[in-house]
Amino acid sequence: MIWVNIIIQGILVGGLYALFAAGLSLIFGVMRLVNIAHGDFIVAAAFLAWVVVQATGLNPLFSLIVVVPLAMAFGYALQKWILNRTLGKDILPPLLVTFGLSIILQNGLLAVFTADSRKLNAGVVETASFPLLPDVAIGYLPLLQFIVAVAVIWGLQYLFYNTALGRAFRATSDDSETALLMGLDQRKVYAWAMALCMGVVAIAGVFLGVRSNFDPFMGPGRLIFGFEAVIIGGLGNLWGTLIGGVILGVSQAIGAQINPGWQVLAGHLVFLLVLAIRPKGLFPRIEG
Amino acid sequence: MITRSTPASRIAAVMAVLLFVALLAAPWWGATSTLRLLGEFMVYLALASLWNLLAGYTGLVSVGQQAFVGLGGYILVALAMFMDLHPLIAVPIAGFVAVLIALPVGKLVFRLQGAYFAIGTWVVAEVFRLVAAQVTIMGGGSGISLPATVLKTMAETKFWREAMIYWLALALGFGALALVYGLLRSRIGLALTAIRDSEIASSSLGIKIERVKYAVYVAVAGMTAMVGSLISLQKIRVSPDAAFSVNDWTAFVIFIVVIGGIGTIEGPIIGTIIYFLLREFLADLGSIYLMILGVLAIIIMLVAPKGIWGFIARRWNVSLFPTGYRVHIKD
Repeated sequence: MIWVNIIIQGILVGGLYALFAAGLSLIFGVMRLVNIAHGDFIVAAAFLAWVVVQATGLNPLFSLIVVVPLAMAFGYALQKWILNRTLGKDILPPLLVTFGLSIILQNGLLAVFTADSRKLNAGVVETASFPLLPDVAIGYLPLLQFIVAVAVIWGLQYLFYNTALGRAFRATSDDSETALLMGLDQRKVYAWAMALCMGVVAIAGVFLGVRSNFDPFMGPGRLIFGFEAVIIGGLGNLWGTLIGGVILGVSQAIGAQINPGWQVLAGHLVFLLVLAIRPKGLFPRIEG
Repeated sequence: MITRSTPASRIAAVMAVLLFVALLAAPWWGATSTLRLLGEFMVYLALASLWNLLAGYTGLVSVGQQAFVGLGGYILVALAMFMDLHPLIAVPIAGFVAVLIALPVGKLVFRLQGAYFAIGTWVVAEVFRLVAAQVTIMGGGSGISLPATVLKTMAETKFWREAMIYWLALALGFGALALVYGLLRSRIGLALTAIRDSEIASSSLGIKIERVKYAVYVAVAGMTAMVGSLISLQKIRVSPDAAFSVNDWTAFVIFIVVIGGIGTIEGPIIGTIIYFLLREFLADLGSIYLMILGVLAIIIMLVAPKGIWGFIARRWNVSLFPTGYRVHIKD
């Protein structure tokens, strides 16, 4: 029964990893951009939520009402003023600019918030749970986190295939020049994609902060988890990304059970294993 | 008339030789602190030149070169402690072992393209770091110091020990530059330039693109590990977090290359000089200093993607280390 418990908890954590990954998957799908600072933005969102909670006394989960719009506005501006200038045939500029952003964010957060680790306190929901099976209890928070992840991915999927904005995303992704001829300004489309990505990042950041302690240097680790979920699931497939997150969460949970030092390592090794036997991931949709 | 060298490059070659001789004699004219600083300079010069070869010339943007820096450090310490190898002999062995490890690792990360390749190399470096932290015989998570007895085997006196470690740094710094320069003037360099200009055209001319890139990746890994083993000698200690540090061995190196000029041989040299100057004046600022470096790198990437040297080279049409050919038409 202990293993059933571990696997269920791993699946639920996988929801958080899918949230880390969904934004990454979205912007790669639309503009083939990989944002090295993605994880640092997640951590920055957690700090922003912390500031909002300190200032207003809101429950962190309700701070999302403030944090998500702010993050989206920031994402729009970031893409419009900086990242759009880096896009082109050469992959170096976007990569190196976002790498620079990552270092700036980490050290900026360090300068403002110090290296102390912090936590968002969501109250009773954090510890409350209900029994599913004997010896297997489901926490409300991990469950909520997983449901939110599924909802976010369903929402993105719906947006992609059923709305005008989603059509613009797909058209620009397929052939940006022809889309431009049809009157779609790709720079605006990209800015909207980044705004959406940052909205998801904000949600991920708040759940990260509620679940565990966070500090300014946690970003790269979250980027890597998100990236692994994307690759395991297969490029361009959002539901695949969710499954990738779950596989990663379960591998880490099993690794941690065998030896606490192996938690993160086990996730990396499963990722490398998938890369070795299924280089395109388990459910690929688009070419890298 | 078609030539490779220019007056500027001939002057540069003479200056380089003179500089090398002067630096070779540094143990006799410099204090211990000077040798330390010069040694560290050589480490960054080597790492920057190697990363530049990978990213600037081969299009392989790795964020995981710290994997091989740390690997080299750990191998040297292990060889010196458990096999009583002279550290200077352990350095090339560390490079060789790293090549053997880079062969399968390269196969794996080459399955990812572009930016995903970058993060894939990072995952590999994280795996190396986490595994190193599990090796209890090497001190686990807190690392291990190189025993004084090992250092004694290098040389009896402090002077000669310091001099030897410094000369090794000098050899690797100039060696990395020479390797990159020599490689770019060779057939492989020609192939790399062709791939950079057009992958389709170069592959139709018979260049095995993947094989050339793979060979460069493996060679750079070996050389990077040798630099890593030197670093462990300089620090007399290895620990997972320091030896596999993404900030120290990759972030700074990327900033150096971007600011100096990516895809130029001179760029890493200029970048390393600027990095050390900035550090001298701004390092007290701590995290602000790193933010300044990041902002500087972003501005350069947006405004002058070929960095400071790219700007100079275009403005005055100079090349200190020419790899191409120039046509001179006589009147």
